Amino acid sequence: MTKKTFAYFPGCSLEKMAESYHLSTVEVARVLGMELKELEDWNCCGATAYFHVDELLAHTLCARNLAMAEKEGLDLVAPCSGCYKNMHACNKHLQHDRDLSDHINFALEEDNLRYDGKVNVHHLIQVFAEDLKEVKSKATNPLAGLKVAPYYGCQILRPRKYEGENVDEPRYFEDLMAAIGATPVDFLFRLRCCGAALIITNRQAALSMVRNLLQNAIDSGADVIATACPLCQVNLECYQEMVNTEFGTKFSVPVFYFTQLMGLSMGIPPKQLGIGTEFLSPPPAMLAACRKVAVV
Amino acid sequence: MSTTVSFRQEIANLLHAVEGNPVNACMQCGTCSGTCPVGDFMDVRPQRLIRMIDAGLKDKVMATRAFWYCASCYQCTVRCPRGIDIAELMYGLKRYTIWRNQYPEDLIGPAFSETFVKNIVRTGRSYEPVLATSYFFTLGLKEMLAEAQNATMLMLKGRLPVLPARIKRLENFKRMIKRIIPIGD
Repeated sequence: MTKKTFAYFPGCSLEKMAESYHLSTVEVARVLGMELKELEDWNCCGATAYFHVDELLAHTLCARNLAMAEKEGLDLVAPCSGCYKNMHACNKHLQHDRDLSDHINFALEEDNLRYDGKVNVHHLIQVFAEDLKEVKSKATNPLAGLKVAPYYGCQILRPRKYEGENVDEPRYFEDLMAAIGATPVDFLFRLRCCGAALIITNRQAALSMVRNLLQNAIDSGADVIATACPLCQVNLECYQEMVNTEFGTKFSVPVFYFTQLMGLSMGIPPKQLGIGTEFLSPPPAMLAACRKVAVV
Repeated sequence: MSTTVSFRQEIANLLHAVEGNPVNACMQCGTCSGTCPVGDFMDVRPQRLIRMIDAGLKDKVMATRAFWYCASCYQCTVRCPRGIDIAELMYGLKRYTIWRNQYPEDLIGPAFSETFVKNIVRTGRSYEPVLATSYFFTLGLKEMLAEAQNATMLMLKGRLPVLPARIKRLENFKRMIKRIIPIGD
């Protein structure tokens, strides 16, 4: 089998705030035999803020990354849902809108780049969940007894509604968790918004959204929430104490990246997966898996 | 010869890269308002906002906070039976008010976005500590303490960057941006 190689776009959050996501991604890719070649000199995708100020400029930022991936002849993979959505949407626009692409290519000339629309953009979870048999065969330390709420959030799925994909009833996150031996719970709010940047710009609204998600995760019987987005992780975990203060609740729900759970199931030592940098400790079933790795 | 562009048309013009239908395709079914997770916190829900744009109620729309409370979850966009890209419309309205420098003063969103944009123009990558300056002092004392506590915790866990990251071909990057809009000096 030929080794799958992707242009890897970590995104700003993974440099520090979500470094554990980056570390665990690299480890899991290694075990799965994928090569993630970090895009050389990548720049910020523009997040949501750029689209608040100038749409053309926002697309230009994304296009520079796409052009660099095209130069490498590779498809692009992004672990952050926001980066993924921006670059995926920008890619579609550039592929279909000649005027837009001419204008942006004019700007890209300043960095000796050009984009011809040849790159496919994937979210990391799509790539890691593609071959579940392979995942299962590598999961030598299955996370037995761990009840996981698979939290999709928004931008992995939306707004891609015209591409023949079921964005209302996805299953791949559940299937992936099952493949590593965990038990995916029926998490009703799995596609709901975490509040995203409202945690800064409208805290009251965001805290209320986080509260609803945490409550639903508990009601679903989950020990842990698995996420595929750094902003979801920060909102759900780091702002949990503020939710408790605001609403008089007593939440203590751990929130981990799906890659950390995958890595643990593959027998990778917890430290190499960034486990230990979280605010809320792993639940017992995860700790048991951690101990097994430490012993080995 | 001068022509007057209607408010509705101005808003439509802002969405040049969007493939959805214009707002007058709206049949006022209310699916967007019903599906919006922030609806309870908006002064005007999306369905009504769209009607206000369609009716040309510019001043009222400009005074609205609702679109600055949109979290970009795209539930409205994927559910709209008339194919209006409502989340992108919210982005368009944000741009409209930023360009005119006309929005309710107590909003944090505009200052946060502008700080973010300037930050990326300077370095090519995001740097959280700089972003914090755009909103930290708008917080009440209690929130300020909670925020500082969170930042301390992040720092202890090694999750806050000490120095801003910087891309290598920054000069090219800056000139690239200038070919789109003249900022960054």
